[in-house]
Amino acid sequence: MTPTHEQLAWMYERMAKARYYEDTLAAIYMEGKSPKFDIGSGPVPGEMHLSAGQEPCAAGVCVHLRDDDTVTATHRPHHAAIAKGVDLNKMTAEIFGKKTGLAGGRGGHMHLLDPKVNFACSGIIAQGAGPAVGGALAAKMQGRDSVAVSYLGDGAANQGAFHEALNLAAVWKLGVIFVIEDNSWGISVPKSKSTAVKDNSVRAAAYGIPGVHVADNDTLKVFAAAGDAVKRARAGEGPSLIEIETYRYYGHFQGDPELYRPKGEVAALKAKDPIDRLAKHMVEAGAATQADLDGIRARVKAEVDAAIQYARDSAYPEPEEALEHVFA
Amino acid sequence: MQSNRVLTISRAMAEAIGQEMKRDERVFVMGEDIATYGGIFGATTGLLDEFGEERVRDTPISETGFIGAGVGAAMAGMRPIVELMFVDFYGVCMDAISNLAAKNIYFSGGNCTVPMVLMTATGGGYNDAGQHSQALHATFAHLPGMKVVAPSNAYDAKGLMISAIRDDSPVIFMFHKGLQGLAWMDWPETAAAVVPEDAYEIPFGKANVLREGKDVTIVALSMMVHRAMEAAGELAKEGVDAEVIDLRTLVPLDRETVIASVKKTGRLIVVDEDYSSYGMTAEIIASIAEEDPAMLKAPPKRIAYPDIPVPYSRPMENFALPDAQKIMAAARAMLPRVAA
Ligand SMILES: Cc1ncc(C[n+]2csc(CCOP(=O)(O)OP(=O)(O)O)c2C)c(N)n1
Repeated sequence: MTPTHEQLAWMYERMAKARYYEDTLAAIYMEGKSPKFDIGSGPVPGEMHLSAGQEPCAAGVCVHLRDDDTVTATHRPHHAAIAKGVDLNKMTAEIFGKKTGLAGGRGGHMHLLDPKVNFACSGIIAQGAGPAVGGALAAKMQGRDSVAVSYLGDGAANQGAFHEALNLAAVWKLGVIFVIEDNSWGISVPKSKSTAVKDNSVRAAAYGIPGVHVADNDTLKVFAAAGDAVKRARAGEGPSLIEIETYRYYGHFQGDPELYRPKGEVAALKAKDPIDRLAKHMVEAGAATQADLDGIRARVKAEVDAAIQYARDSAYPEPEEALEHVFA
Repeated sequence: MQSNRVLTISRAMAEAIGQEMKRDERVFVMGEDIATYGGIFGATTGLLDEFGEERVRDTPISETGFIGAGVGAAMAGMRPIVELMFVDFYGVCMDAISNLAAKNIYFSGGNCTVPMVLMTATGGGYNDAGQHSQALHATFAHLPGMKVVAPSNAYDAKGLMISAIRDDSPVIFMFHKGLQGLAWMDWPETAAAVVPEDAYEIPFGKANVLREGKDVTIVALSMMVHRAMEAAGELAKEGVDAEVIDLRTLVPLDRETVIASVKKTGRLIVVDEDYSSYGMTAEIIASIAEEDPAMLKAPPKRIAYPDIPVPYSRPMENFALPDAQKIMAAARAMLPRVAA
């Protein structure tokens, strides 16, 4: 499966947007955190897990999705949220803890939840897998062809919830696509020390479903693998597992001293940046001119800058609002 | 040996674990990011270098598996210390904790031991929202079969950790992130303390009367001890003489010290960062009511987390967290004469 020019442009735009968004957030996160770094201070407090480098996993999959499809992302959710079309203003305001945020500031960066586009994420590892199965189950019971995507890290593939969800989806032949973002780290623990198999894609065999390994963060290969999986899922042929070799440019969380990480790893990864590679492909394939790409970049920059400004300008919630929305 | 070393709680914990590992071959540590990283909250820093990968084991993100393995290893003659990174993750492994660790001694009719320590980080105040900020003391204290420890300072942390490791029952060691003395989180300096270099034990079930007073008893543990002491200091300026009790352990619970104090002061405020309903605060107040409600000169007051998930945004989280102001207001309401 090869992308159309429109699909290429769509993926490039979402990836560029996610990247600029995260680089901007990384800088804002440090506001108010110097000279003494305190995780609870500044306009964006709490933990912050950035996904810069992992954009192909988001755009290459979500390009095949509709609003009525479900995505459950991880604690590293921004690229997926942007690719799924979560309202950028509301998402940013949520991350800033503002009243205008998706949850009025109750959830924050790890608990973005947008029912309009069926997007949710969770800070508990692998706990998006079950809800994705539920989304696909509901679609089947309601006679819809909507599908569900569950994002997981390579570390998450060692959780019980992952295996239980895979089996459930396979037994019930549900339209779930399990996407493992293999950035080879689970905080400080390398995959080689936590996972008994080299490739998590082989674990699909244990549940009788297709498992695909996508090498080297290749957007086009992600596109192809996800396209097949989504087609299969919509046709009622059951779940798939896609494992994507991807890169994490930032630390596990902002402020992570990364003493565990080999020196030069990030520089080597950046030298083969997936967004640059996609841009090169688009120009070579005649899908876009450099001017087109520059135009896209300028547009996403303006959109992100506006979202950040919106979040900054929004008011904080009243303290007592903490008591609202515990129940429906 | 005389020493005036001041340690943070994280260093006191790591020292206690290291000393016990040296003393007893059976002691080992496992958990996520406890080896190279030294524990996200510093409780195992330096141990990998000293003891190597066999006894300081990074685990996969498989809590059901490795906490269950801790139970099995403990029953097979080892003394594991297992870290559950944030207590909020208990949901994925509660079965191993409450149905295995906590029940196997009972299921053996007392014919086996489960000498395992589960250490885990609690508490909020740094805007990390509902899945990384809970205290959950009562969730564990409510289920029989586990001892539950929650230190407020480094001296207690070392002594309680050593007692925990030497205990033949499972112990949950709940340390507060905001007390660990981390470089990346604000912490009250009063959490650091002079810590003797030699190993020492602090017995479970012995509360610490941190401040004596005659007007009102304030019972707390973990981070809330510091809030209570802050409130007591301020109240003293208003002529209110507060007694502050640090429970140190929830199971076993030192009801005697609390009862003796309330008998003296006639007033009781219980402070907990855990949820208000069905919690530690209710337990303490029930203990007084059962003993003799007549010892109370005013209705008792609980100051705890409202029954809501922990909100992310700063104004809302600050509103929800118990603090010195809330404690002082409760004390003033109980002592209208003094406040007037
Ligand atoms: C059940 C549970 N255990 C542990 C954690 C702490 N934790 C947060 S992220 C993380 C590593 C996740 O690694 P991976 O799944 O590979 O995702 P990545 O961070 O690399 O994107 C861990 C251990 C958690 N949030 N939930």
